[in-house]
Amino acid sequence: MLLTPVATIGRSTLAMLSGIGRIGLFFLATLAAMLRPPFYLREFGHALLTIGYNSLPVVGLTALFTGGALALQIFAGGSRFNAEEVVPSIVAIGMARELGPVLGGLMVAARVASSIAAEIGTMKVTEQIDALVTLSTDPMKYLTVPRVLAATLSVPLLVAVGDSIGIFGGYIVGTGRLGFNPAAYLKNTTDFLEVWDVTSGLIKGAVFGFLVALVGCYFGMNSGRGAQGVGRATKSAVVTASVLILAANYLLTELFFTA
Amino acid sequence: MIELRDVHKAFGANKVLRGVNLTIPKGESMVIIGGSGTGKSVLLKSILGLVHPDQGKILIDGHDAAKAEREAFLARFGMLFQGAALFDSLPVWHNVAFRLLRGKSRLARDEARDIAIEKLRRVGLKPQVADLFPAELSGGMQKRVGLARAIAADPEIIFFDEPTTGLDPIMSGVINDLIREIVVEMGATAMTITHDMSSVRAIADDVAMLHDGVIQWVGRVQDMDNSGDPYLNQFIHGRADGPIEAVR
Repeated sequence: MLLTPVATIGRSTLAMLSGIGRIGLFFLATLAAMLRPPFYLREFGHALLTIGYNSLPVVGLTALFTGGALALQIFAGGSRFNAEEVVPSIVAIGMARELGPVLGGLMVAARVASSIAAEIGTMKVTEQIDALVTLSTDPMKYLTVPRVLAATLSVPLLVAVGDSIGIFGGYIVGTGRLGFNPAAYLKNTTDFLEVWDVTSGLIKGAVFGFLVALVGCYFGMNSGRGAQGVGRATKSAVVTASVLILAANYLLTELFFTA
Repeated sequence: MIELRDVHKAFGANKVLRGVNLTIPKGESMVIIGGSGTGKSVLLKSILGLVHPDQGKILIDGHDAAKAEREAFLARFGMLFQGAALFDSLPVWHNVAFRLLRGKSRLARDEARDIAIEKLRRVGLKPQVADLFPAELSGGMQKRVGLARAIAADPEIIFFDEPTTGLDPIMSGVINDLIREIVVEMGATAMTITHDMSSVRAIADDVAMLHDGVIQWVGRVQDMDNSGDPYLNQFIHGRADGPIEAVR
């Protein structure tokens, strides 16, 4: 009786470790499948469209409002020690280094990891994955590789667009609401923003895109039976992808800015 | 010829196949019958390599299926899935031509489309259906498309998994007749799993009954009614009483 909580913790820990191991093996299988032909260019193009292009509105809107709110917050905080003029540069650096990739990644996780997991999960429960195999088509190459590659390439582009829109959001609020001179705002933005601020965010975007699609595919491929199984796979994909994005963001920030 | 020798498969503590031995001669149509959950689908998926047996051998024309080169091995098979398993994102013709558009003997899209339309016609569907998506078709039409996909590459061996499930009796009869005609016409080896006795009588040359993880009875379809086997008799007559326990 006394050991029950310990046993529960032990079971949960073992389940978590075996889950990490399975995702690790899936990651290696995906890398192996990426390197060997055939390559499905049509599926890759379709994935680029659905993952990248179709995520533009949600990423753009998120960035616009975040940039605006960031300008207001920095202005309010900066006015405590007469440093209001840092608004343009901090908005730009904050968007490029952190908020652009992280919020963009999280929005893509919500939109894309869920849809990939639901689509592949439904394919699994309706035997479409088995049908692919019987038609001499490797599901890893046909379903996983195009999605993972498309997300890895398109999320940095989404981040770049998100950064620009976020900075523009800060500009609108800065010039329209906080009384900044438009030319001075732009000059402050460009003077202090460095190339590495932007490229580090784009690298983060690529890592986040890879994680989102990998996790979506993993949970879809391992979906349980029926509507409940697909629902659980979808939920797990979104939660896992979001947590992995935040954890990877911390590790990458350590690597890029404290080394 | 397909030979199964002492095939075992368990999922955890659940021993589904406990030593299946079965031979399906070349060009014959074998129907596997048995209650729900007796492992019929597992047996079929074991032959295709979708499920890996724990023990035993599966031989196709004397060659070990486990050691065969996958693409060449699977190219010999066509399969009609229980729910048709059509790819939702692809139009009907692309579903049918899926195998023709990839692999070593890949065809041009126009040529593959022409063959797909011809196969659709063979299963009683008009060319206009080719550009529809699976979600726009009725259950019976989806089965026909699944059948067209199974025969698209003229396979030597065709598997049918519960081909009449979810269809009305008339459509079931149509699908059964189509399967029989196509199997005879192509000279293919066929394996069907079903518990629909009208399918058994329409499709089978031979019948095998799977019960408790082993082949309980195997014989010609015309011998089925006079087998004297109590398990088979209970099953084919749908009796609640008998050696097979019915959960109420």
